[in-house]
Amino acid sequence: MNKPVDDRPATEHPAHFSLEESWGYDRKVLDYIRSAAAHGLYEIRGLGAKRHVPHFDDLVFLAGSASRYPLEGYREKCHTRTVLGTRYARKPIELDIPITFAGMSFGSLSARVKEALGRAATELGTSTTTGDGGMTREERESSRTLVYQCLPSRYGFNPDDLRKADAIEVVIGQGAKPGGGGMLLGQKINPRVAGMRTLPEGIDQRSACRHPDWTGPDDLAIKIEELREITDWEKPIYVKIGATRTYNDVKLAVHSGADVVVVDGMQGGTAATQTVFIEHVGIPTLAALRQAVEALEEMDMRGKVQLVVSGGIRTGADVAKALALGADAVSIGQGALMALGCNNDTFFQDGEHRDATGDYARIQTAPGFCHHCHTGRCPVGITTQDEVLETRLDPLVGARHLRNYFKTMNMELTTVARACGKSNVHHLEREDLVALTIEAAAMAKVPLAGTHWIPGVNGL
Amino acid sequence: MERVAARAAANGELTFDLGQRTVRDLNQFLHHDLPDSGVRHVEVLHPGGRHAIAAGVNHPVDIDVRGHGGYYLAGMNKFATVTVHGNVGWGVAENMMSGVVRVKGFASESAGASGHGGTLIIEGDASLRCGISMKGIDIVVGGSIGNYSAFMAQAGHLLVCGDAGHALGDSLYEAVIYVRGRIRSLGADARIEEMTDVDHAKVRELLDRAGFAGEPEEFKRVASARQLYHWNADANQEY
Repeated sequence: MNKPVDDRPATEHPAHFSLEESWGYDRKVLDYIRSAAAHGLYEIRGLGAKRHVPHFDDLVFLAGSASRYPLEGYREKCHTRTVLGTRYARKPIELDIPITFAGMSFGSLSARVKEALGRAATELGTSTTTGDGGMTREERESSRTLVYQCLPSRYGFNPDDLRKADAIEVVIGQGAKPGGGGMLLGQKINPRVAGMRTLPEGIDQRSACRHPDWTGPDDLAIKIEELREITDWEKPIYVKIGATRTYNDVKLAVHSGADVVVVDGMQGGTAATQTVFIEHVGIPTLAALRQAVEALEEMDMRGKVQLVVSGGIRTGADVAKALALGADAVSIGQGALMALGCNNDTFFQDGEHRDATGDYARIQTAPGFCHHCHTGRCPVGITTQDEVLETRLDPLVGARHLRNYFKTMNMELTTVARACGKSNVHHLEREDLVALTIEAAAMAKVPLAGTHWIPGVNGL
Repeated sequence: MERVAARAAANGELTFDLGQRTVRDLNQFLHHDLPDSGVRHVEVLHPGGRHAIAAGVNHPVDIDVRGHGGYYLAGMNKFATVTVHGNVGWGVAENMMSGVVRVKGFASESAGASGHGGTLIIEGDASLRCGISMKGIDIVVGGSIGNYSAFMAQAGHLLVCGDAGHALGDSLYEAVIYVRGRIRSLGADARIEEMTDVDHAKVRELLDRAGFAGEPEEFKRVASARQLYHWNADANQEY
């Protein structure tokens, strides 16, 4: 075949172009500046931080060998039972596995998704959690163990649902947006959501970032006392914080009387928040977890106040590492949505897979890149209140996928635990871990692999 | 406890002395034993500023608290009529659903916060953030209210016979505020509007409900300008 003759002058050949991309003003930053200039308004989006931060992937386990004795991977027992809320509550939460579903609101998610989460949690023997916007009938009926959030907005918060709950979670902050309140854009405020939140339909809803009836930790102690009085000291009270000054905040949560502290790192997701919050506020889950454990240890509260960690927990390995660093349980939000089909190029309806790529394109994104929960136009029917789109998620099919996902993670967890010689996943310990990077070693306070060096602790 | 309740049932009266018993005893009685006890009126003596007195009541009963209460008195109340013959701390009747709570004295911060229903009457002044995040409750204040009151108030009415502090009704949704005295300043998106016949009738009804003197014509109406209901790039970013 004859090649077309390139008769351009030599200086116009691409090889002669000056195409050095700026580090500071790369195409991502250019896009940000152009968008800001065009709209005069910050970007609001869903899900969590996209940038790389030190994470559990930067740690590896030191399994059994000559110096440690492993358990046989399939035949020897490895317990996963997890009890939360033993400090003051008369009825602590007993879970079969240490992996729970994180708080996600009805409003951000459809009622069908809340039902799927509840069904899966019940089958798995774990808990699910309400969110900003109150408790739906669907999730209460489908969930054996339901944690009821007490949020700054108090949308839909009422004593009847409080008494129906199995535990109460006072939410101070969220890892995706510590210091920020929730958002739900108008397209998701349908009549049912508006009614539950006592808001006009279709408004861009901003949740408060501070609680209306307490400010500091001394007030919180009295607030927790009130919640216990209303519920007759039966239910565990969790306090959830977004990871920032985690060491101090965990101590204050314990001081305030929490039975359980939930620490949500910066990789945690959201239904809608300013990108500047998601990417630039808060600290990584890895650093937050270690600070939280240190705070509990210094107060001699390890094992008395349980620690739940969330924010970017995706795999059984992540769960195992979180437990080894000192968490009693983990909580998963985004991973659960992905198990339901978030970012899939198809959805499953009437027995067959149907193409969703056109609907991704209509909201100017594509499968694998979508973070458009805020639009309410979720192409796979998860983060939507649209009555057509929401039918793309069958609660029973969704529940099966969630159950499979959590079971897989739990199997991976016990596999690693056995390899480390543990007959109970809660026996995993920091000594079982080393770090692959100096940053992770410093944050998690475990040695850099192949050395005894823990930055900031010994050596340097 | 059961013996106490049974004895009291004869005349429907029960006295709870918090100098002798705990708040937990009181609340357990109100939650569990009260409905079948025949008790219709509970006197609470020596409250001593304790917190969460009569919190979470879920039954029609008259409760008189003879003295000062601490935080969250009658928190999340449903159905009960609670009268405090003294002052109260933060969050009196917070998240109330129904019933009536009357404070004869003064109320500290966040009175009636996030209340969904019922009536809160404060005969004296209420401090900062009165009616914050209210969601349908009616609050009637005989005296004045502090700064930041009715912040993000969603539904219901706040009637103030005295003055209002700074930033009244900041980020209001659909709640309506009536003020007789001076308003030091309005919060973002709050504005003074004309009183209509509906407003006059509502003020009359609220004053009557509280047993306060006054004429509807003396009151100003404050409501949301609804300019913050949707994100707006041209809005003043300092709000």
